[in-house]
Amino acid sequence: MNRPPLRERIIENGIRVSAGVAIVGLILIFVFIGKEALPLFTSAEARQEASLSKLFIAQVPEEGEPPSHMWQPVSEMPKYSLWPLMIGTLKVTLVALVFAFPLALGAALFTSEFAPPWLREIVKPVIEMLAGIPSVVLGFFALIVMASTIQDLFGLDYRLNTVNAGIALGLAVIPIVFTVAEDALTAVPQSYRHGSIALGATPWQTARRVVLPAAFPGLFAAGILGFGRAIGETMIVLMASGNQAIPAWNLGYGFRSLSATVASELGEVVRGSPHYHVLFLIGVLLFIFTFLINLLGQMWVGRMNRKLTGRR
Amino acid sequence: MPFLNQLETDRFFSVKKFFSFLLSAIYGFSVTASEAVTIKGSDTMVILNQRWAEKYMFDRPSAVIQVTGGGSGTGIAALLGGATDICASSRPMKEKERVALQAKTGRSPIEIAVAKDGIAIYLNEANPLRELTLEQVALIYRGKITNWRDLGGADQKIILYSRENNSGTYEFFKEHVLKKKDFTPFAQCLPGTASVANAVARDKRGIGYGGAAYAKGIRFCAIKPDAATPGILPNETHILDGSYPVSRNLFFYLRDEPAGAINNFVDFVLSPEGQAIVAKVGYYPIGSPQKQ
Repeated sequence: MNRPPLRERIIENGIRVSAGVAIVGLILIFVFIGKEALPLFTSAEARQEASLSKLFIAQVPEEGEPPSHMWQPVSEMPKYSLWPLMIGTLKVTLVALVFAFPLALGAALFTSEFAPPWLREIVKPVIEMLAGIPSVVLGFFALIVMASTIQDLFGLDYRLNTVNAGIALGLAVIPIVFTVAEDALTAVPQSYRHGSIALGATPWQTARRVVLPAAFPGLFAAGILGFGRAIGETMIVLMASGNQAIPAWNLGYGFRSLSATVASELGEVVRGSPHYHVLFLIGVLLFIFTFLINLLGQMWVGRMNRKLTGRR
Repeated sequence: MPFLNQLETDRFFSVKKFFSFLLSAIYGFSVTASEAVTIKGSDTMVILNQRWAEKYMFDRPSAVIQVTGGGSGTGIAALLGGATDICASSRPMKEKERVALQAKTGRSPIEIAVAKDGIAIYLNEANPLRELTLEQVALIYRGKITNWRDLGGADQKIILYSRENNSGTYEFFKEHVLKKKDFTPFAQCLPGTASVANAVARDKRGIGYGGAAYAKGIRFCAIKPDAATPGILPNETHILDGSYPVSRNLFFYLRDEPAGAINNFVDFVLSPEGQAIVAKVGYYPIGSPQKQ
């Protein structure tokens, strides 16, 4: 067997090394963040202030009061309940997806199935340009412009509430979902559409019954990617959420997200304190969340692919 | 917003200064190091520091003062790490921080009170209430009073605005108003006194707190030390004579006895000229300047 020429072997190995560097980098990041969170499990001093049960089980804030989930790290008796932060992150992510997914999917369906080519050439880049808006600008827009309008529209108590932050976050998610969904729809072979039309189906029936199901794995991946973007986004939620650490699903209230908590507190925290370690634990949690979601998404896409194409 | 302040500093970083900087870089690092003084810390003090730095650099073209904000806690952490020459803090240093610094430098940090400030309670201009007792303010922020009706106002929910927990104002308020009790989690935490003032100005049911120097669209609530005493407004007389119950000193912290460029700047800040700038920015001059 012939060995490939030297030049190609160098290129091949170069590419292999780049892939390896990316993976090693990822692992190292995880290891270093994990290392800073580790004292919560090993150091007695850190455990006394922030053991796992204190992070997840309701604590009595003051004598004579019912136990509750409080995030109050700067206090006589610091409280590090992670529930309010997790609930906050989840509820804003769900609002963002409920807002963004139908819009992005509708836009993708329109450009791929119904729009004349010249219109598609305009709509697609314009929506994708949304991704280029820095999140601090979206956050500022939500804080200054959107907040009052949304408060009046829904008659909410708080100006900075979950709906407001969710919609702003949705604006950041739309271009990602749109791009991936659009690619998935256009990748459906033209012959499927021709076959459907030839059988007498209308363009809408074709889009709904043939193209959408065929593109389903790609659309699902679009949703997952959007979710991953939303859950880790920091600047928008930091500016537009009001940062109230309350363990409530009520969308009329603000919330405090995991990512915004790390962003606003890591700057001043005393290095090596329990508070510091808890913030790194939050980093680990965010990492694991996105990792699991991506993994589940990949597995699901693979399964659907096999089912749709009939391969095993 | 630290980056804005950085921009303002850069305006004074003239061509001439650039060349003197280059020159000093050529002569050796020691020259640069003795000339540039960095100040980091309290967001409340950032404008004040900026004005001081501008005037100081204007009068002494060879001097370079760099100002950044980030919060008092951030500044103290930077002082501890040696990342800044002067830490500006809107609260006294905590025992824990003192000990940490002492362990690092072998001596207790130098504390210099550079200005006085009152923490005002902000109400929306449309709010009919004029005064509250200190006790009532504490109960509001601890979440024990949640409706304006209970204070003699309209039957409306109280919307609380607070600061992030890295702010010196937050800790000062917690210690002196809440008596170290916890804030209710329903208080919305905003970055910076200006955002709190802005939020209260937009919210009829809102209440906020912060430096008495920010005042657009809001009303300062008069504070009664107890139910029998008449309300006291956070104005110059009351803050300077100490009768306003929520007033504080603003500090510079140094690792060591000030020397060279740092000493010159501190002297300038405490001079009548420097204290005149304090009044111009909206804070109050420190009575008898003392280095402790």
